[in-house]
Amino acid sequence: MENITLTIDGKSVTVPKGTTILDAAEKINIKIPRLCYHPDLPPVSACRLCVVEIEGDRLLRTSCSWKCQEGMKVNTRSAFVRESRKMALELLLSRHPMKCTECVRNNFCELQSVAEQLGTREIRFDYKERKGELDTSSAAIVRDPSKCILCRRCIQTCELVQSVSAIGLEGRGYEVWVDTPFGKGIGDVACVSCGQCIDRCPVGALYENDHTARVWKALDDPTKHVIVQTAPAVRASIGEMFGMPAGSLVTDKLVAGLRMLGFEKVFDTDFTADLTIIEEGTELLSRINKGGTLPLLTSCSPGWINFIEHFYPELLPHVSSCKSPQQMFGALAKTYYAQKNGIDPKDIYCVSIMPCTAKKYEAGRPEMNDSGFQDVDAVLTTREAAVMMKQVGINLPDLTEEPYDDPLGISTGAAVIFGNTGGVMEAALRTVYELVTKKPLDDIEIKAVRGLEGIKEAEIDLNGLKVKAAVSNGLANARKLLDKIAAGEAHYHFVEIMACPGGCIGGGGQPIPTSQDIRKKRAEAIYLEDRGMKIRKSHENPAVQMLYKEFLGEPNGHKAHELLHTHYIKKTVYKDAEA
Amino acid sequence: MQDLKKVDEIVKNYSMTKTPLIYILKDVQKEYGFLSETLLTRVAKMTNIPLSEIYGVATFYSLFTTEAKGKYIVRCCNNAPCHVKGSKAVLDKIKEYLGLEMNETTPDGLFTLEFTSCLGLCAVAPVMMINDEVYGNLTPEKAVSILKDYKMKGLANA
Repeated sequence: MENITLTIDGKSVTVPKGTTILDAAEKINIKIPRLCYHPDLPPVSACRLCVVEIEGDRLLRTSCSWKCQEGMKVNTRSAFVRESRKMALELLLSRHPMKCTECVRNNFCELQSVAEQLGTREIRFDYKERKGELDTSSAAIVRDPSKCILCRRCIQTCELVQSVSAIGLEGRGYEVWVDTPFGKGIGDVACVSCGQCIDRCPVGALYENDHTARVWKALDDPTKHVIVQTAPAVRASIGEMFGMPAGSLVTDKLVAGLRMLGFEKVFDTDFTADLTIIEEGTELLSRINKGGTLPLLTSCSPGWINFIEHFYPELLPHVSSCKSPQQMFGALAKTYYAQKNGIDPKDIYCVSIMPCTAKKYEAGRPEMNDSGFQDVDAVLTTREAAVMMKQVGINLPDLTEEPYDDPLGISTGAAVIFGNTGGVMEAALRTVYELVTKKPLDDIEIKAVRGLEGIKEAEIDLNGLKVKAAVSNGLANARKLLDKIAAGEAHYHFVEIMACPGGCIGGGGQPIPTSQDIRKKRAEAIYLEDRGMKIRKSHENPAVQMLYKEFLGEPNGHKAHELLHTHYIKKTVYKDAEA
Repeated sequence: MQDLKKVDEIVKNYSMTKTPLIYILKDVQKEYGFLSETLLTRVAKMTNIPLSEIYGVATFYSLFTTEAKGKYIVRCCNNAPCHVKGSKAVLDKIKEYLGLEMNETTPDGLFTLEFTSCLGLCAVAPVMMINDEVYGNLTPEKAVSILKDYKMKGLANA
């Protein structure tokens, strides 16, 4: 690739053609301040904080979007630059409520960081409130436009990463704001609740619907038997909330921390992830053998389920009827677990720790009550679980490791990789291969479905039957696959779809920030956990085998269908029936 | 049920245009008076452009409106040259005559009162615009007499 040499603050730097000034400066350890720039998104140059002076140019340029040119002389610290940045920041701060101590993003807010970076000591303008009201219409996401700094990252994420476009910029000039069309409320438009907008928001204008209060209330109630399940991806990320580096694997410390919070039993969603593989694998083989609708699409990701219900309802027969592991867990906790331990299911309060905001929506779906009760009572994001621990002085990194409780805490390596894009596919192939061929798989690490690329394909030979698989992450990639399937151009048997980039490790409930580099590290931690497990195939999970023997009967059998499977609802993109 | 066939026709008219949205919105507003939720949703379905983006465009340009407005939209300039030449007195008189505050519409649906930025007619300031017609060298009395003409015309055609 062609290289370019330029000078930044008197230092010579050589970068590939096409590099922005912001990235080039980073190479010589100058971190130019920025707010609207995000490595996942194309630059929009809205915040004006990254401006630099280029010799010969009359105007300042935004370094996030301005490309380096041969011989260019850049000044990132002249008085003109410093004063302009200061002015831009003060204007932003003059429209920010500055209620930092009561904000969900206190201490990990990019506006705070930039104010600190620029050494802000006074704001020369009076506060003027922004337009827009607090939007609490969604089960998953809360929007507070008063805190918005109009960086547009949420809009870009919704449109470009997820191809959902639920929100947009509205109005003009001083009165511009981010909203849903006609001020409907985010819960009343085709928002899929993925929470990727929350992850990209630099401030506290977007956050999850808080469940910590209801969980504390249950923990305080002596008549409640409060149990908790932890999703695979949480163990590879929650350490970041306590200052640990990305990729820290803290499974057993997480168990210890949750036990300290007062949960009676700490169980693992991995247990029902293994169960999902048995149920979904059985469903796949049955569809292949009986000529059912193919490809079979996975159903673990509730943001993805919302997406297909709204945008591709005609393709719903492709979706596996399996509930997600979270919901399978809830249904079993209030039936199997309750019976086995002689506990009245009405006294069980079932909490889950999820890397996801859409799980909050999923848990509240009216059909998710096959136990006779609401199967999952509260859903905490990774962030909220960390907040609860911090509230009572539990510092996760310091804790001594403790194991999960039996039997719903027993799991395999196949379950933990559910947290990564391609993980469900790999886990399913490990099991389906052995069930069909009756032979052990030579190499159980199926590399073709690993990695963070948007769409991956693989083929596996099951005694002559070549099973074609595809894997996608990020809903814009799902849309590409669905368009091919709808056009009859995709001849897959099995497709795994995860709503969020990287899968659950990049979920909307995960620690902020999340970047491609951080996703990579979390994914490595997940594969590390898999490699360390004694059992790495779902069908070999002894607790799952016992569950079928004692309670469920056959995979896809009557009882399994009653408790572990669901149906989907055809929805529309727009509610206006007249149009 | 509103007849939406015209929306479909308008969208089809611009099927060969690369960035047709503003043309479509202009024609739809001309046909139906304003850009309602139903109309814009129909445009979204027909063009495959997300409603959030269409709504953004419709609220960005001040000549588009998402709410029902009067038959005659009175736009008074609120920039400096008109101000210097007495636009405030003109506006006060218009408000009094129509019984409106800014961005309100008369109950009979005839008039909506709005501000506009500079119309480029500073030589004849103060100015106002009623639909596509501009009026300059206004005095409070002259403005009211113009509005009276519109009122008569509007009531006669009602």
